[in-house]
Amino acid sequence: MFKLLKYALYDILKSRFAIIYTVFLALVAISIYQVSDDLSKVSLSLMNIMILFIPLISAVFATTHFYNNLEFIELMLAQPVKRIHVFLSQLLAVVIMLSLSILLGFGLPMLLWGADSSLITLLVVGVVLSSVFAGFAFLASVLTRDKAKAIGISLALWIYFSLVYDGLVLYIIYSFADYPLEKATLALVMLNPVDLGRILMLMQLDISALMGYTGAFFQQFFSSGSGIFIATFALLIWMLVPNYLATRIFRKRDF
Amino acid sequence: MLKLRKAMNRIFPFILILCLYAIHAEAGKIILKPGQSIQAAVDRSAAGDTLIFSPGTYQASAVKIRKPLSLIGNNHPVMDGENKGNIFLVASENVLIRGLKFIRTGKSNMDDSAAIKFFDSKNCVIENNILVDTFFGLHFSNSSNLTIRKNKVNASASREFEVGNGIHLWKCKDSLIEKNEVSGHRDGIYLEFVTNTLAKENFIQGNMRYGLHFMFAHDNTYLKNTFKRNGAGVAVMYTKNVTMQENRFEENWGSSAYGILLKDISDSKVIGNVFLKNTVGIYMEGSSRIDFKENTFKENGWALKLMASCDQNLFQANNFTRNTFDISTNGNLVLNQLNENYWDKYEGYDLNRDRIGDVPFRPINLYSVIVEKIPASVMLWRSFLVTLLDRMEKILPTMTPDEMIDHSPKMRPYDFGT
Repeated sequence: MFKLLKYALYDILKSRFAIIYTVFLALVAISIYQVSDDLSKVSLSLMNIMILFIPLISAVFATTHFYNNLEFIELMLAQPVKRIHVFLSQLLAVVIMLSLSILLGFGLPMLLWGADSSLITLLVVGVVLSSVFAGFAFLASVLTRDKAKAIGISLALWIYFSLVYDGLVLYIIYSFADYPLEKATLALVMLNPVDLGRILMLMQLDISALMGYTGAFFQQFFSSGSGIFIATFALLIWMLVPNYLATRIFRKRDF
Repeated sequence: MLKLRKAMNRIFPFILILCLYAIHAEAGKIILKPGQSIQAAVDRSAAGDTLIFSPGTYQASAVKIRKPLSLIGNNHPVMDGENKGNIFLVASENVLIRGLKFIRTGKSNMDDSAAIKFFDSKNCVIENNILVDTFFGLHFSNSSNLTIRKNKVNASASREFEVGNGIHLWKCKDSLIEKNEVSGHRDGIYLEFVTNTLAKENFIQGNMRYGLHFMFAHDNTYLKNTFKRNGAGVAVMYTKNVTMQENRFEENWGSSAYGILLKDISDSKVIGNVFLKNTVGIYMEGSSRIDFKENTFKENGWALKLMASCDQNLFQANNFTRNTFDISTNGNLVLNQLNENYWDKYEGYDLNRDRIGDVPFRPINLYSVIVEKIPASVMLWRSFLVTLLDRMEKILPTMTPDEMIDHSPKMRPYDFGT
């Protein structure tokens, strides 16, 4: 397993993509730090970029990576190693690389120019979102045999979670405005990892406005640590479920 | 013998006067020790006397003071009300109360139990006192020329109806409220029908309801006070000619918490104040002709909630930074002016380099209108979809009021030294 992971990681880090991605993130962070005059503005701009692009890049990269390494995977499957180890090593390598890129790309400028709690949250959310969408991508990859189709599914998932889903929620909120919606909206938000990440950031950036909400339920959710705990827990489930499903399908898949 | 008696008769008045004078000079200061009755000492004293309290604990309940006296505590002697009614009741001119500590008044709304209650008094000074767990702290009615300075008023009730106001003035005038610290009461400072009064450098924190609450209190000035973490911030109503300058309104969080709530206030000035981390910086309705200048609105949920019932207000040269929403309103009618403010959300350009943006700024964004209608939708704030919607609205305003516009937004924030 470790040997497999080592080779998979070595393979990824050798590819130019990891370096380009890290440099891209670092450039974005540096330019935002240069332009903005205070930290919360930095985390706001970084959040806008992160919520949108990190899931996209993670999904596309993970899918292409899987198909590029399909021959290597098939070769490994012919060896006396466990199937699950072959799969997990690839998955973990991708997740580690994506996380490292974020930690380095965003983290180094933070070390240089300072960070506050919202920026630390941002790093964590970035890492979690990467692994969630890498999971989606692997799931899409094991579901089909066609590379284009798999990328299509990954992209569709990305569009769904970062745009369509919020539209649906907004539509629901609008349609049922006369009803007490607090628990319903919160439940709906739990069903979208991107929204969860965003809510975690909102709790850092816009707590004054969130506290303006009339419902006692929201008040409790946002003012105590329980909100952060529940959102983090839901995100963890989002991290594990697609990966677990992908693993199960991979184990039974006929190559 | 007869001669002697005559002589005595002649001298006696002088001796008497001399004696009286001596007594008077001696009586000018009365020193009290713990255990002695304060009421008896007050009754015994003459107008203008000074009562000096030695350190210790005194039982004091409903001590009535009806003549000019100075009550001075040596090392904060404790006036223990033993949970019965008021501690001191004053109805006189020229009373000075300094350096005492008041604890445990009664807890009753029937008589508004207070540590010191003043009726129909004039020229009184209350300074350097400590009030702990009093129902009302300092309670004044129908009095004038009061100086309330450097008192520490602190209660620790857990619910609003269990406690009265820290400093309560009703129908008073020409007074000074300075450098007091009030916490844990219902309202920090409560003024009703109070005119010509200056409240300065007070620190009002953690009260159940409002930090400052006034009604029908015209011609007053509030200077350099700090109102922090009060249950619902500051609420002021039905008043004209108010000056609020260089105050700080901080961390008033909650569904109905405001930095300041202005209701039916007119002809006033709000200048150089700082609004930091409030759910709503300023909420105003039915208010007219107020000048808001050089204020800093920072990290509030809503910097301004400006209801359509306000008119002829001027917002000039304020800084708006890092607020979730800058302005929201409840209608399409806008009768107020915004100009030369700095908005950190402004994205315009300045080609002629006069430091004023060339395109006007619309401080109301679409989503704040939606959140106003459906509060639950705040959950989608800052999502990609909402950002897109806001962008579209900025280009083609349909739902936000056209008139809410700053034609001369500043490119750089003002430096107010805060």
